[in-house]
Amino acid sequence: MMRFILPFVVFVVLAVFLFVGLNLNPREVPSPLVGKSAPAFTLPQLHEPAKQFSPADMKGQVWLLNVWASWCVSCKEEHPVLMELSRRNMVPIYGLDYKDKQADAELWLKKGGDPYVLSVADAEGRIGIDYGVYGVPETYVIDKQGVIQYKQIGPVTPQSLTEKILPLVAELQAK
Amino acid sequence: MIPEIGNFALIVGLFLALTLGVLPIIGAARNNAVLMGVARPLAAGQFVFLGVALLCLTYAFVANDFSVLYVAQHSNTQLPTIYRISAVWGGHEGSLLLWAFLLSVWTLAVALYSKHLPEEMVARVLGVMGLIAVGFLLFMLMTSNPFDRLLPAAADGRDLNPLLQDPGLVIHPPMLYMGYVGFSVAFAFAIAALLGGRMDATWARWSRPWTTVAWVFMTMGIALGSWWAYYELGWGGWWFWDPVENASFMPWLLGTALMHSLAVTEKRNAFKSWTVLLAIAAFSLSLLGTFLVRSGVLTSVHSFAADPKRGIFILTFLVIVIGVSLLLFAWRAPKIGLGGKFDPLSRESLLLSNNVLLSVAAASVFIGTLYPLFMDALGQGKLSVGPPYFEAVFVPLMIPMLLLMGLGPLARWKKVDAPELARRVRWAFGAALVIALLLPLTMGKWSVMVSVGLLLAFWIIASVSLSLRERLAGRDDFMQRLRGQSLSYYGMQLAHLGVAVFIIGVTMVKGYETERDVRMDVGDVLNTGGYEFRFNGVTEEQGPNYVAGKGHVTISKDGKVVTELYPEKRQYNVSGMPMTEAAIDTGLLGDLYVSLGEPIPDSNGAWAVRVYIKPFVDWIWAGCLLMSLGGVLAISDRRYRIHNKRLAEAKTEMPLEEKTA
Repeated sequence: MMRFILPFVVFVVLAVFLFVGLNLNPREVPSPLVGKSAPAFTLPQLHEPAKQFSPADMKGQVWLLNVWASWCVSCKEEHPVLMELSRRNMVPIYGLDYKDKQADAELWLKKGGDPYVLSVADAEGRIGIDYGVYGVPETYVIDKQGVIQYKQIGPVTPQSLTEKILPLVAELQAK
Repeated sequence: MIPEIGNFALIVGLFLALTLGVLPIIGAARNNAVLMGVARPLAAGQFVFLGVALLCLTYAFVANDFSVLYVAQHSNTQLPTIYRISAVWGGHEGSLLLWAFLLSVWTLAVALYSKHLPEEMVARVLGVMGLIAVGFLLFMLMTSNPFDRLLPAAADGRDLNPLLQDPGLVIHPPMLYMGYVGFSVAFAFAIAALLGGRMDATWARWSRPWTTVAWVFMTMGIALGSWWAYYELGWGGWWFWDPVENASFMPWLLGTALMHSLAVTEKRNAFKSWTVLLAIAAFSLSLLGTFLVRSGVLTSVHSFAADPKRGIFILTFLVIVIGVSLLLFAWRAPKIGLGGKFDPLSRESLLLSNNVLLSVAAASVFIGTLYPLFMDALGQGKLSVGPPYFEAVFVPLMIPMLLLMGLGPLARWKKVDAPELARRVRWAFGAALVIALLLPLTMGKWSVMVSVGLLLAFWIIASVSLSLRERLAGRDDFMQRLRGQSLSYYGMQLAHLGVAVFIIGVTMVKGYETERDVRMDVGDVLNTGGYEFRFNGVTEEQGPNYVAGKGHVTISKDGKVVTELYPEKRQYNVSGMPMTEAAIDTGLLGDLYVSLGEPIPDSNGAWAVRVYIKPFVDWIWAGCLLMSLGGVLAISDRRYRIHNKRLAEAKTEMPLEEKTA
């Protein structure tokens, strides 16, 4: 008898996992990195691969690190919002070009405009792993001490900008 | 107006399905002929109404009715008509409607071709299929109605994803869904048998052809998908172990196992409870595939828009269908009995090992696909499982299976005399070994992997030839012997040859492909793999709903022009999405594959160009085609045809050819 009930038992375990998985997914998993220092990296700049950029260069400033890629569809949605933000000059945006080809990335910026002070190329996605990137786009708000204060998963929308990101940036800049 | 008719037809379809799912099953339990008798008319009615719904949605697409939300999301006035029709299943809601419609087609087919079955069996099978339809129709009406209105109407639609604007995508989903849904028939037969407590060789004989037909569709569906990925994605790969590919591959593996174990159940009355479990599992994995694709639990290039409400619904449905079936199995299976005895070395045991290996392979794909989910659920972080895992696990499982596959058809039922079998196959095996060791040398490079792959392929070919020789050679009339073998025997051998052809394709591509990614100026020449690729530049061309940069590459060998290829880089007007159209020169011995990367900025018309030489790559799909043809031959066998002939005399509605085409 036992061996005939086994398939059912296995299925029940699986169903529990699927149920948990279902609830995990709505893309608002809090990042374990919030409140911790932004992981260090040194990467070549996208436009001038000879030059390097590292988060350490940003000490003393509040800045946004936006993870993007030319292959990412939601980035297209987010892009005009970032363009508008960069025109307003309120906070510098740095790009992390994630698992992308340089030519594709440059073409993408040429076509849609470049909202970034500069972008760095994370071609293999190594830095993305350190930052816990699991969906592009993602945006990190990093304070003057280099601590991640907020992580936006998915595209930045005008709403998230006015309600969350910009007030936070203003508060951090005042500190 | 038309969309409302479609919506109404869906609702009527739901109530017909509900009635179909309840009355005949009660009738079968109480032995009430009237209640059982409504099953067939209800199946026909369900087919008609779901057909109407599908036609209404198609009409909305063709007529550019952008007041229907689904149409506005997936079509555009610029979209060519053929793609407006295939856009019907280009998104979540419409593909569900296709699913439900195809289920009603299968239900109708069972209703028509079951005249020779006992009435209560038919009632139960159709009833179970009706219950499945209830689940899908409810899902559609409650969470994903394709007829939802968008008011005020959009001026124009958002266009179909350019990836899907391709002839391959016109037929790939219907084929694949026919396979997915087709396993519901084997599932319904299994449940009916469990309910009725009747589980014998006749039960296996009834569900066998249905399983084979579903398997044929599924094989073709997967092959088409793989072929499409090969020429449309522009990466030259043919299988990516993507979660959604795996979702179709797992039921295929179990369906293959089911076909073989049904053979044992029919011929030897053995493996009965195992066969039932496989039938349940194969369809459960089809359903699970639907869940994975549509709930957003896993990320994949194929995923439909994620919506937690939908996920909960499908999961509930999944739990009800699979949970109840497995409980029923736990309750009834112990009474089935074990069936015929056999020796540790016999055709039965060889088929059993086939079953075990295929199931383990399916399980390993399953674990790899869901591993990220398990880890995430256990709080172990997010990760993804890639091709290296699948290749490392899958290939070692397939090697013993393919070796045994050569032996299976040669072995006798019940008991095999091992030394005798070894004596019979030694020349076949020896020949395969010699060819496998020497053939790679003619390609200029010898490697272990290529030799192992070729050994498996030629071993299968040799054992098929041996079997044919043993059966056909003799002193009496050859033609008579040729005719004396059953079609299902030829079908099996053809399908096995298909596997060999497939392996040759995979082995040669893996072993000898050339991939070059180069910058080419106008007039540049690339020499690779014995060919000369001359890049003549890119010109602009206007398509119906896109602008294309059309490249021109002349390929020559030894100074003689072999072919001219025109790869394209398209920019679709509405979505603005760039799309690569590879140009491929297809040949028996391999493909020449050219696709355009990106234009090089600040240059005089230079482009990044991808040049691939893929030896024997088309053998991969040719092998799948042969496997499918083998399946078609097997179901055309006389013992099934006799039933159908009797049927055809009684009532002709749909010829068998049409059903299997």
